[in-house]
Amino acid sequence: MAVKVEMPKLSDTMEEGVIAAWNVEEGDSVESGDVIAEVETDKATMEVEVFDAGTILKILVEEGDAVPLGGLIAVIGEEGEDISDILEEAKSAGGSSEDTADKEKSEDSAESMGDEKEESFDPVFGDLDEKENGQSDDGRIKASPLARNMAEEQGINLANVEGSGPHGRIIKRDIESYEPSKAPAAAPAATVSREDKEHRVSQMRKTIARRLSESKFSSPHFYETIDIDMSAVWDARKQLNEISESKISFNDIVVKACATALRQHPQVNSSWHGDKIVEHGDVNVAVAVGIDEGLLTPVIDNTDQKGLQQIAAESKTLIEKAQNRDLQPEEMEGSTFTVSNLGMFGIEEFTAIINPPNACILAVGAIREVPVVEDGEIVPGKRMKVTLSSDHRIVDGVVAAKFLNTLKSMLENPLGLVL
Amino acid sequence: MAELQFREAIRAAIDEEMGQDEDIFVMGEEVAEYDGAYKVTEGLLDKYGSKRMIDTPISELGFAGIGVGAAMNGLRPIVEFMTFNFAVLAADQIINHASKVRYMTGGQVEIPIVFRGPNASAGQLSATHSVSYDAMYAHFPGLKVIYTSEPADAKGLLKSAIRDDNPVLFMESEQMYGLKGEVPEEDDFTIPIGKAKVKREGSDVTVVAHGKMYHVATQAAEQLAKEDVDVEIIDPRTVKPLDMETIVKSIRKTNRCVIVDEAHPFGGLAAEVGYLIQREAFDYLDAPVQRVTLPDTNAPFAKNLFDEWLPSPDQVIDAVNTVTYRK
Repeated sequence: MAVKVEMPKLSDTMEEGVIAAWNVEEGDSVESGDVIAEVETDKATMEVEVFDAGTILKILVEEGDAVPLGGLIAVIGEEGEDISDILEEAKSAGGSSEDTADKEKSEDSAESMGDEKEESFDPVFGDLDEKENGQSDDGRIKASPLARNMAEEQGINLANVEGSGPHGRIIKRDIESYEPSKAPAAAPAATVSREDKEHRVSQMRKTIARRLSESKFSSPHFYETIDIDMSAVWDARKQLNEISESKISFNDIVVKACATALRQHPQVNSSWHGDKIVEHGDVNVAVAVGIDEGLLTPVIDNTDQKGLQQIAAESKTLIEKAQNRDLQPEEMEGSTFTVSNLGMFGIEEFTAIINPPNACILAVGAIREVPVVEDGEIVPGKRMKVTLSSDHRIVDGVVAAKFLNTLKSMLENPLGLVL
Repeated sequence: MAELQFREAIRAAIDEEMGQDEDIFVMGEEVAEYDGAYKVTEGLLDKYGSKRMIDTPISELGFAGIGVGAAMNGLRPIVEFMTFNFAVLAADQIINHASKVRYMTGGQVEIPIVFRGPNASAGQLSATHSVSYDAMYAHFPGLKVIYTSEPADAKGLLKSAIRDDNPVLFMESEQMYGLKGEVPEEDDFTIPIGKAKVKREGSDVTVVAHGKMYHVATQAAEQLAKEDVDVEIIDPRTVKPLDMETIVKSIRKTNRCVIVDEAHPFGGLAAEVGYLIQREAFDYLDAPVQRVTLPDTNAPFAKNLFDEWLPSPDQVIDAVNTVTYRK
């Protein structure tokens, strides 16, 4: 009896999944527990296991295609079994028309590749990535290893050098004849029009777009910024790192301070549910992590109950996992507050969009060395601006201001955080 | 210095070594009574007698095996193949025995044997007489492979090969036997195995070429010199061991390389040298390494096709133009 393999629900918020990779082909036999595919959800890439043994009779979805929850992705059964009923049913259920079109497309391209091979037989290289417009597909600069080396030694930015080699490759003579003063003048002459590129919107990017729009358009945001004297934190961090097992970052200290302040301001640690406001018992601070594909917000559970050293260790692990796209959905669920820090990029201050269902998000800027007036004298100081975005349905201006003041006082007297 | 033909230089090396060491003997088809198919061994029968100049039947596997056995027992045979194309029949003795005996006896049994004869194509001898075998034998550990280009090198390297206690394949070209060159006359003139030679100095591009291809490269270099392209030519002389140090040193100077090889492209010497260059000199390269080889087809018989099939000076010039970004 044939068994249908359907798109499983792999996270709470998942509505559809993209087949990132098939680990099996039609005709392969599988055992219960075998991982047959990898599915890109809105949050992570997950494995799809089968529960039945048998032969993969049909694979209905191409790699890279999206399937709604419960959509048929494959059929398992006994070899030779008639599964036309199931396929018919799947077809009439819709959603497969796109698949067929894609399949036809890929068959077309397979054919044309075959033709090319016959025309010019180069079993090894073909004509890899050579485009006539001077740059390869990914826009990187082409330069010979020697030219690269010479440019580095002479401090020449290859982006300013026009390549005279094939397909615009920058070669030795281009570096030798390069005149820095001419670079900007030469630039207009070198302009080429490049084609627009279209990228498939990943599940993650779709989710980010949907959730942030929902947040920004449905919750009335307001913003309050406060300037915090960070000189005490600066010194404290130095001392802490002499004894801490995990290296504590400024962000870890901000996260800890937020968690402690949230305990004192439960309204900030709340969620809007339309007919009710849920004041969360736990304080779970999420940390926004930007990766190439988008933005992830892994959560440090019970942040207020953890010491700095533990927060630092967990945060380091979560950030690494986020960067490797190894985060499990549960590691991104249950946040009650979010910290977004762009200080390391030198951003002085910014406003962030609330990460639903949180009531607030804290946008953290860089620590700047600035002249400050103390007792009528100008002295050097270390300052950091933070901006709290609040959902006005839950948090009012005064509540936000009080929270920020608590946060400020904690960071200006960081010894309290160590208690 | 005397001006000698290539065949005379080889003969001089054999003669001088035979005169110094009674354990050396020559064996092969028509090496004695007929004075050698290409007259390499002319006059040696009269000088050293039929015990040391031995004519064999047409039986490559058999006499190569006798040579290996004789070498195992302390003699120093020079086995001549009428061409290395026929020596494929003796490949088992060369690849499976000569190359491995020393290793498999833990170094106790030496194999001081030289297999020599013409390699690669001559004029219009068609597919079964035109294969270049140096890279094939170089593939196997335990064998040294020499494919020389000039009379002086031939003499010096053959003397080293005869004195070597390991099996050496010494390759020549039918088309070079009449080539003349200055050859040192001293008895102790040898050239160490494993040393490449910069035969033409230049600053724009390194051309690596051995055997007959050295002469093709030289013609190309002369033509290119008229166009102000300064070609450096390196003759590796010995394919194995291969002197990459000299080649890499040159590429660090010129930043570009063309390898000219009289063999087919796949897995040949040009492929090996190309790989080693990118490993040892990657940061010095201004262009991908180019190679000029035979096409991946057998040798045609028809003269016009055969001429097209062989690597030509024009192909070398094209490759040089590519790596120097001239065209």
